[in-house]
Amino acid sequence: MSWLLAAPIVIPFTTAVLAFLFRNGPEGRWISIIGSAGLLIASALLMQAVLADGVIAGQMGNWPAPFGITLVADLLSAVMVVITGVTGLAVAIYALADIESRLEKLGYHALFQVLLAGVCGAFLTGDLFNLYVWFEVMLIASFGLLILGGRRQQLDGGIKYVTINLVSTILFLAGIGLLYGMTGTLNLADLHLAVQEVENKGLLTVVAVMFMVAFGVKAAVFPLFFWLPASYHTPSVAVSAIFAGLLTKVGVYALIRMFTLVFTEDVEYTHTILLWIAGFTMVTGVLGAAAMNDFRRILSFHIVSQIGYMILGLALFTPLALVGSVFYLVHHIVVKANLFLVAGVARRIAGSTELSAIGGLYKTAPVLGLLFLIPAFSLAGFPPLSGFWAKYILVKASLDLEMWLIAGVALVVGLLTIYSMTKIWGSAFWKPHPAGLEPKLSSLSNRDRAALILPIASLAILTCVIGLFPEPFVQFAERAADQLLSPTDYVQTVLGLEATQATGLAQLETGP
Amino acid sequence: MELLISIMVGVMIATGTYLMLARNVLRFIFGLVLISNAANLIIFVSGRLVAESPPLIPEGADVPPELVANALPQALVLTAIVIGFGLFAFALTLVYRGYQSMGTLMSDEMRLAEPKEDGQ
Repeated sequence: MSWLLAAPIVIPFTTAVLAFLFRNGPEGRWISIIGSAGLLIASALLMQAVLADGVIAGQMGNWPAPFGITLVADLLSAVMVVITGVTGLAVAIYALADIESRLEKLGYHALFQVLLAGVCGAFLTGDLFNLYVWFEVMLIASFGLLILGGRRQQLDGGIKYVTINLVSTILFLAGIGLLYGMTGTLNLADLHLAVQEVENKGLLTVVAVMFMVAFGVKAAVFPLFFWLPASYHTPSVAVSAIFAGLLTKVGVYALIRMFTLVFTEDVEYTHTILLWIAGFTMVTGVLGAAAMNDFRRILSFHIVSQIGYMILGLALFTPLALVGSVFYLVHHIVVKANLFLVAGVARRIAGSTELSAIGGLYKTAPVLGLLFLIPAFSLAGFPPLSGFWAKYILVKASLDLEMWLIAGVALVVGLLTIYSMTKIWGSAFWKPHPAGLEPKLSSLSNRDRAALILPIASLAILTCVIGLFPEPFVQFAERAADQLLSPTDYVQTVLGLEATQATGLAQLETGP
Repeated sequence: MELLISIMVGVMIATGTYLMLARNVLRFIFGLVLISNAANLIIFVSGRLVAESPPLIPEGADVPPELVANALPQALVLTAIVIGFGLFAFALTLVYRGYQSMGTLMSDEMRLAEPKEDGQ
């Protein structure tokens, strides 16, 4: 079984090496596409195995957990790896038309694949220190991608991105040190048991908040999000699409993992903080989006606002709320990556992403207009698209708890999202071009057009499918949330049955 | 010994934070280096510093004969140092390139990615 777990990490790394070797020719980009397709297939197989057998764990080098390196996939990990494969493949195809050969020679495809490997590693690892290592793999690849090409604007955004992310990394590392000092283990499943034995609960909460800040920076929550709108609009479109889709979501995933598996001792305190964070993140993000006048910068602020919804699900900490979080994660990655890809095509046709400088896109490219509306409406939460169900579940979860205020905030933020989306629609697509220069489709060759439209259309179809047939997706999210809330399976699979029975876990918790 | 190192961690974090409050990006990076080394020391201290023998197991035995030092924090710190070193080498190069092309090290003069808009 363990090859299934290792494949989503090994395949992108192998592809990265090959792509680097062939970076000077056209082979590199095809290797990247084949590798991403391989990742998607491997992740689908993994998902199938997890659906069939429940949680899968593998001990690398056959050292029994908690001593060795553990890879583990539950439903949440598996679905995140699958969605990484989907966006990875979509962006790899898009890169055919978007990435100039100058950037390819600098090693774009290799860095891109290393990024995918880092993201998959972070989703699959069952060990806190390895999570740190995968974060670093992911970070260093993203640093490289962000400043690839070295335009002045990129360097400026890059400095902010790099410095703030390093701060969060250090905080994460210090938190790992303190947690190890208290519990003597770093294996996540073992930590789940070990934190129950810690006597100084106050210290545990301090460490929990350290992790919250460290992952909060990665996830770009209020008030730690300023690096994101400063940097995400500067690199190539393919790069900002994969960043927008995946990188912040790794932070959200780490938050969900840690605050359902390890730090559940003082839920009252930590999850109240998370609730405030969620509310402010939603509001500040969407207000920032409303104030911006650049296509990609509006979208960057939207990422921030949407992260708030996912944190909201975690903060409410009821089964239904976690269903909402999982559903939102999946829906959001697809939709957000897609919106950035559309912004890229708009720039290719119209020449800019500054809303005051472009216009008339609908007249020239009506199909693109439609393909923009699908993810845009989904993001804002129009029925019957995927975002509607995601928001509906979260709002219902907060109403069930009689938290009227946060439910109201979530709904109003949805409205404001529509406002900023109409701003993009109105200026980029509807109004005539300010300088009278109509955008031209003829600047794109047929091959480029296919490579640009194919991923956008596929992701849009995926959004529609999730929206029109939400039943299996919601059922899946329910199972994933069950696993998160009662991690008995997770712990037993990782540590083996005997170890958990010895500590009396089987009596402490009864699974569903 | 643990008390001494704990105090040192505190001093390093305080100094690092002071440096990071500066507007000069280079100072910020140096502050980061200090704090990152403090984080390494935290891992080291949390593994309990004891003057025991090295964690070696004699041939034919499954467990070490006497109390041995905890090897795990050392492995963790080693990894963290290597990763940290790589990241700071990158950060320094980036700041240098930024200085070359933007002509400034002051973070509040770096407004290329977020230009001031009218009315702000």
